[in-house]
Amino acid sequence: MVVQQQDEQVDRGRRVVNWLLGSSLAVLFVSIFYPIVKYLVPPKLAEPMTFSVTLPWKLAELKANSGRIFRFRSLPGLLVKTSGGELRAFSAVCTHLQCTVQYREDRQDIWCACHNGVYDLNGKNISGPPPRPLEPLKLNVRGDQIIVMKG
Amino acid sequence: MTGVRITAWLEERIDLWPLRHFIQKKAIPVHRHTVWYYFGGMTLFLFGIQVATGILLTLYYRPSGEEAYESVQFIMTDVQFGWLVRSIHSWSANLMVLTMMMHLFSVYLTQAYRKPRELTWVTGMLLFGIVLCFGFSGYLLPWNVLSYFATKVGTEIAGQFPLVGQVLMRLLRGGDEVTGATVSRFYGFHIAILPATITVILGLHLFLVQKQGMSIPPAVERAHRGQPLKTMPFVPNFLLRDLFGWFVALGLLAALASLFPWELGQKADPFAPAPAGIRPEWYFVFMFQSLKYIPAKIGPFEGEVLGVLGFSLGGLFLLLVPFLDKRSASGEPSPLFRWIGIGIIAYIVIFTVFGYVAPAMK
Repeated sequence: MVVQQQDEQVDRGRRVVNWLLGSSLAVLFVSIFYPIVKYLVPPKLAEPMTFSVTLPWKLAELKANSGRIFRFRSLPGLLVKTSGGELRAFSAVCTHLQCTVQYREDRQDIWCACHNGVYDLNGKNISGPPPRPLEPLKLNVRGDQIIVMKG
Repeated sequence: MTGVRITAWLEERIDLWPLRHFIQKKAIPVHRHTVWYYFGGMTLFLFGIQVATGILLTLYYRPSGEEAYESVQFIMTDVQFGWLVRSIHSWSANLMVLTMMMHLFSVYLTQAYRKPRELTWVTGMLLFGIVLCFGFSGYLLPWNVLSYFATKVGTEIAGQFPLVGQVLMRLLRGGDEVTGATVSRFYGFHIAILPATITVILGLHLFLVQKQGMSIPPAVERAHRGQPLKTMPFVPNFLLRDLFGWFVALGLLAALASLFPWELGQKADPFAPAPAGIRPEWYFVFMFQSLKYIPAKIGPFEGEVLGVLGFSLGGLFLLLVPFLDKRSASGEPSPLFRWIGIGIIAYIVIFTVFGYVAPAMK
């Protein structure tokens, strides 16, 4: 049947055209949405390898058995002066769910109020949900000034 | 076919017949000037690009004196494809003003504003004003030297208005001077107030166009007296031609944004002198240039004030032209208004060219 053959040819031609059109439209959409999706992902901010901050308190004004929160770049840090007079610094970000921890004078430990996580004065997680120790920070005392650096 | 099933599902709940009927019936007149029918849709497409890229830019932009410039710098240098998004936003803004102007003047010269389409023309003129406000407010947001001085001068000119000028200027600046407060304020205009306004008026404009169909130029109507004009169906014939144009525009935008990424320039410094050769965006240049030629004093009046009032009256004339042009309304030829239109176009073109050539000749 000649007519049928012609029909089949038309069908095949139409299929090819449809496929070409569909795939080029797909390429168009991909080329539009790929940059958009990439754009939506926020870039990693380059962190300087060394970073130090001079604390706004003099050595003399810190009491033994006390803790203070300070700004360390964009995150809080915790400065602890133990009852023995030793200075320690940690990131004040709880390793459980990123709450800010505090020093407890009555128990002489570091405590997170959100889920009752407790760290000892070495930053080690000793009870509650925190999975890891607090990140320690390096301390430098120059004369009357306290300088904190990334550990 | 899912499409058929979804339509059937809807059909059972909502009567789609009027919509279907409208789509089938919508036709575009075919004649010598059919080409001008594409510019409104082209402007709409570029507006869509502005909405999409603008929303993306809000994710990283920070509207304050301290952070605006740095955040745009961040978009241009750190964010993946940030340069592309911002450059497309800037280029598309400029092309949109261009296509809008072509749309406006082709509509004017084909006298499509005449009865019964006066409201379409008036809403169109309002859209024109809103788009210029979009351009003016968006230009400041990168907080660079050029945008700082353009805003200073622009708001100063707004301050020349008799009676309301000073209040208007403080309202625009968010204080006595152009500062970070102006940036925050312009951002509010640019992404909230103006978009809300344009949505309503654009909706009205498009509704009226659909309601009344395309206007046929009076000259074509007279030539075809008594004979029906040839038409083409909007779906799919005209729509496909529209899409082709949009596709080309998208390619052009991508090429411009890639080859000529939009400059960021130097950060604004309120204590530095204005750089040489400073001028506003090209679509304000003709006004800027005209103000330079007006003498400082004309009789008892300030030259600037007269200039500002002159342009306001020109805008008012365009806004009200359907009601002034009585001959077009009654279907008669209206050569006077055609020549006024040609005069306005010539004026804008000549003074814009002057704005770019005159400083170079000094």
